[in-house]
Amino acid sequence: MNATIAVLAALDGISYAALVFLVSVGLSLIFGVMRIVNVAHGSLYAYGAYAAATIGLAVAPISPWLTYPGLLIAAIGVGAVIGGFLERFLLRLVYGRDEALQLLITFAVFMILDNLQRVIWGVQPIFAAVPLQLLPNISVLGVGYTSYQTLLLPGVAILTLVGLRYFLRRTLAGAVILAVTEDREAATAIGIDPHRVFLTTFILGAVLAALGGALASPTTSLLPGIGTDMIVLSFAVAATAGLGQIEGAAVAALMIGLARALAIYTYPEFEVLVPYLIMVVVLLLRPQGLFGTARMRRI
Amino acid sequence: MPRRLPVLVVAGIIGLAAVLLLPLLSPSLVTLLALILAKGIVVLGIIILLQAGQVSFGHAMFFGAGAYAVAFYGRYVGTGDMLLYLLFGAVSGGVLGLVVGLFVVRYREIFFGMLNLAFSMVLWSLLEKMFHYTNGADGIRVARPTIAGMAFTPEGFSYALLYLTFAIAVAALFIVQRYLESPLGHMLRAIKSNETRLEYLGVSARRVLLVGYVVSAVLGGLGGSLVAAIQQIATPEFAYWTKSGEFVFIAILGGAGHALGAFAGATVFEFVRFYASAQLADAWQMILGGVLIVIILLAPAGLIGLLARHRGAEPPRAA
Repeated sequence: MNATIAVLAALDGISYAALVFLVSVGLSLIFGVMRIVNVAHGSLYAYGAYAAATIGLAVAPISPWLTYPGLLIAAIGVGAVIGGFLERFLLRLVYGRDEALQLLITFAVFMILDNLQRVIWGVQPIFAAVPLQLLPNISVLGVGYTSYQTLLLPGVAILTLVGLRYFLRRTLAGAVILAVTEDREAATAIGIDPHRVFLTTFILGAVLAALGGALASPTTSLLPGIGTDMIVLSFAVAATAGLGQIEGAAVAALMIGLARALAIYTYPEFEVLVPYLIMVVVLLLRPQGLFGTARMRRI
Repeated sequence: MPRRLPVLVVAGIIGLAAVLLLPLLSPSLVTLLALILAKGIVVLGIIILLQAGQVSFGHAMFFGAGAYAVAFYGRYVGTGDMLLYLLFGAVSGGVLGLVVGLFVVRYREIFFGMLNLAFSMVLWSLLEKMFHYTNGADGIRVARPTIAGMAFTPEGFSYALLYLTFAIAVAALFIVQRYLESPLGHMLRAIKSNETRLEYLGVSARRVLLVGYVVSAVLGGLGGSLVAAIQQIATPEFAYWTKSGEFVFIAILGGAGHALGAFAGATVFEFVRFYASAQLADAWQMILGGVLIVIILLAPAGLIGLLARHRGAEPPRAA
């Protein structure tokens, strides 16, 4: 394996890790605060991607630069509308119910959204690479690569990481979310409305998933099943890091992204296997994840 | 676990009559009924684990293992006999269940679910990518086997397979029900209600759960080899996570409080899929999702729970 391939693999891995991080940090945040594993999270990724492509294809004839705000609008629109609706009208009805039922209700949502997606956007691949082509290619250690993937995607991921950290640790709204996570009863007693916190958190997580999808849309062709694959992948990242770990998700995403990219260039048949293998090994050694502190069981 | 309710016995008799008589009226139902029974056998395994309060979101790995055991046998050894296939499928499921189980029974709740998911996705990606051995996403065709040494025409085979599946389903239902009512089954349920107390009684909760896990894996393998024979193909999708979700779905739909729930759930699930996909083209998944939400919100004890409540009997506990 020569140096060019190593650089290529690293760049692939970083840009891929940035996308997976956005999705899995949303999943992790929702679990950390609400203790719900959102199986429909991958659907939000897919809807973000499809919505961004639709907006992008519509506005590109006017001015290709309009596709960039289009990405953002798609992410926020999908996250706020679908995420808000899910929390307010479905999840709120099952808080405190059996864990299996909470999991299953998001699975039901996944089935509906997955079906609806095929009805709305069909099964033919959609290409919307305008934002990718707008930015120039750059050379990294002699290897040409799109600056969209080498600079923009990691940039957004780092911005998200820093922003989330700042939001949760340095602002009042973040402190309120942490208070509800730590002790819901005490938080309620001092006048915090946990329902509002859950709604905010869920929408935030949903927007992150949709943002991941929107940013991914220029780099790939959109097909049915992108959401189905993404949910397990983001789940693998979140679980490897430890559910609820924000910085950990970034490290795990980078780890899995790089390992996967390396596999593509060396043993392509192991590409799909690598993330899950990492997840199995990490969970067997540390079930709470690399950075988690959860207890295995009460005894 | 409620006492055997008369209404459930009635339901069982109706099921028996349906399996024996419906195919004679409408041959197109033969495959559908066999599929329902085979899936019901897998879901029995999910119900066993739900009794212990554990949700496996990776049970499709045993289903896939059973199906590929049959497919590999057909590909590398030659077409065999259905009974041999079943044995092979059950053993593959059981061995895989024992190996995976040794790891996963140490964990509970979300960690249990996650590890199962991880293992099943490893199997899925191997089946998908080891193209030389598995044909990748296309899967492996399964030639029509003999049944107990007898060769059948395609039509005769589907009937024979239906009745064979029915016999296995009845046996599995009986054994699982007996198992859940045995001391071992009660200990399994104690893992859900109070694991600490179970340990204080000197019982190893891990061992109890491992037994349940292997039994459920065997059922998954059996169901997988049956479905591979019914649909005459095994594909990696058999082991994909959505398949696992489907099994948990059927368990909750039917009602995890009673073993019969597996078959009640599978019946509704497959009939909705069969008729909705025929009538409404591409909306069956949406309809099933809607049904699931309604069941979770209004009848968390599932169809069996509804049935029992309707008769004024004490409803079985929800999952």
